[in-house]
Amino acid sequence: MKKIAILIETRQGKIKPPMPGIITAAQGSEHELVALVVDSDGAKYKDQLKNFGINKLIAIIFREPVDGSNPDSRARAIIRAMDHFEIHTLLALTSLQGKDLLPRVAARLDAPLVMDCLKVNLTESTVEKSQFSGKTIATFYVTGTHRIFGIRPNVIEPIPMPVQTEVIPFEYDGPDDGRYEVKELRRDTANGIDLSEADIIISGGRGMQNKANFQILHECARVMGAAVGASRVAVDAGWVPHSMQVGQTGTTVCPKLYIACGISGSVQHFAGMKTAGTIVSINTDPAAAMMQQCDYGIIGDLFEIVPILTRQLKSVNR
Amino acid sequence: MKIFVCVKHVPDSAATIRIVEPNEIDETVTFLLNPYDENAVEAAVQLKSEDDDSEVIAVTVGKPAAADTLRSALAMGVDRGIHVITDHWPDSIVTARALKAAIVQDGDSGLILTGKATIDSEGFQTQFRLAAALDIPVATNVGAITRHDEGVIVTCGLEAGDEQVIRMAMPCVIGAAKTLNTPRYPTLPDIIKARKKAINEVEIESLGIESPDSQMEIVGLRPAVEARRKQIIDGPPREAVAELIRRLDEEVKIKLR
Repeated sequence: MKKIAILIETRQGKIKPPMPGIITAAQGSEHELVALVVDSDGAKYKDQLKNFGINKLIAIIFREPVDGSNPDSRARAIIRAMDHFEIHTLLALTSLQGKDLLPRVAARLDAPLVMDCLKVNLTESTVEKSQFSGKTIATFYVTGTHRIFGIRPNVIEPIPMPVQTEVIPFEYDGPDDGRYEVKELRRDTANGIDLSEADIIISGGRGMQNKANFQILHECARVMGAAVGASRVAVDAGWVPHSMQVGQTGTTVCPKLYIACGISGSVQHFAGMKTAGTIVSINTDPAAAMMQQCDYGIIGDLFEIVPILTRQLKSVNR
Repeated sequence: MKIFVCVKHVPDSAATIRIVEPNEIDETVTFLLNPYDENAVEAAVQLKSEDDDSEVIAVTVGKPAAADTLRSALAMGVDRGIHVITDHWPDSIVTARALKAAIVQDGDSGLILTGKATIDSEGFQTQFRLAAALDIPVATNVGAITRHDEGVIVTCGLEAGDEQVIRMAMPCVIGAAKTLNTPRYPTLPDIIKARKKAINEVEIESLGIESPDSQMEIVGLRPAVEARRKQIIDGPPREAVAELIRRLDEEVKIKLR
């Protein structure tokens, strides 16, 4: 039976929350679903994956001296597994990890690759993706012996499909050519989840006024289980690091809920968040573009509104 | 050492994108040097300033109008340009092959820099295809570069603010992030000087590129429209917030509590 593979991303011992949506995009009656897990102990994700129709879980194991954190080695291992199990279609997340991994696989295989897909039709071999900072949607038709698709997190609603999952270990022992070597991994412990994968984001812009005021957003985010983002103005002013920037030259996000606080809404900012499920705008200026293009707007001072939101959610969540 | 910088001529992010048949955009809008490529150019020019024997060459694949973008790179301090001229915008498989052919034709590269992404097609892959075609290593989302013996040490941004420090042998390809540097603004004398710098024009057909087996063809293009509810919630702050929480729950099924 034909196989379609999904590259599973994990973090802290769990499959990442947007993964079931990606698996759902691959579901179909004409093929088997194969999960490729590139993690030290892939088998442990069986219980999570069997709920979404994964027939086979291929647990890629790196043998010494291969460094499993090296994206170049990971790409080689994935290609080896695709070759061994006769996998010609690979779906994955367009995360930062995916952006460093999928093009390596596609480039080596000389295979077509479309990143950041919003829709996938595997039968017709077409996908949709946004271009020109989210201003257009292009439909791609891909041809070739292999095809690889990176899908934007949170665009596809997961559909449960319980099945039996078989675990198959697959060892990769190189060789690596040594020309790309990971010297050090620096963890930023302040951030739990990457903006690009968060399903709720609360963001601050010019209206935040200074660095310290971002604390208000962090407090609200904690109560909601949200990530905190920012507009370019806040990053350029040095209030928050670039890794928090949503927009054209920052991160593209697609949360279920995006709460913009004191963000006027430049074209470049919209480019990074316009596919959010629901947009809430909190701003003193009713004429701000973000106010005109949101689902729900509250005209008011964010320093008053956000703490009220935090308090109201706290009082109920407790 | 030759440092190549691959640049792309892209529509200004603030431009209104109008679709014209068949599946193309109206190109009468303002185009500029792809923003991430600006960081790659800046890095190349800085590396040259540390090594007098270096030469920085900007390469672009594109229509005749892309020459303007090469001039922008030249004004930032790039020594000369190579323009692979096409009559359409090829996909990244063909673009990478054309870049490789143009670079190889010019001579041995020490380093190849480019932006980590382009803001027009947002394909996120040409840098990797170029590296694979040349069989050299590649790092993306690079926020710092230092020369080290026969190679480079680069810092790559990972998810959630994590970073990986990578050692790469040279030659190699580096995909620049915004955090790499602050691109310089060319002065008027720089711009005037750039007009006199050489641009080698190469027709893509003359490069003898094999046509690839795989393709990514655009078969449809439409404007992105997101219909928003546009509801303003009035009232005193406490009531407005309560109403927001209620509507999120009931109308769009987002339970914040």
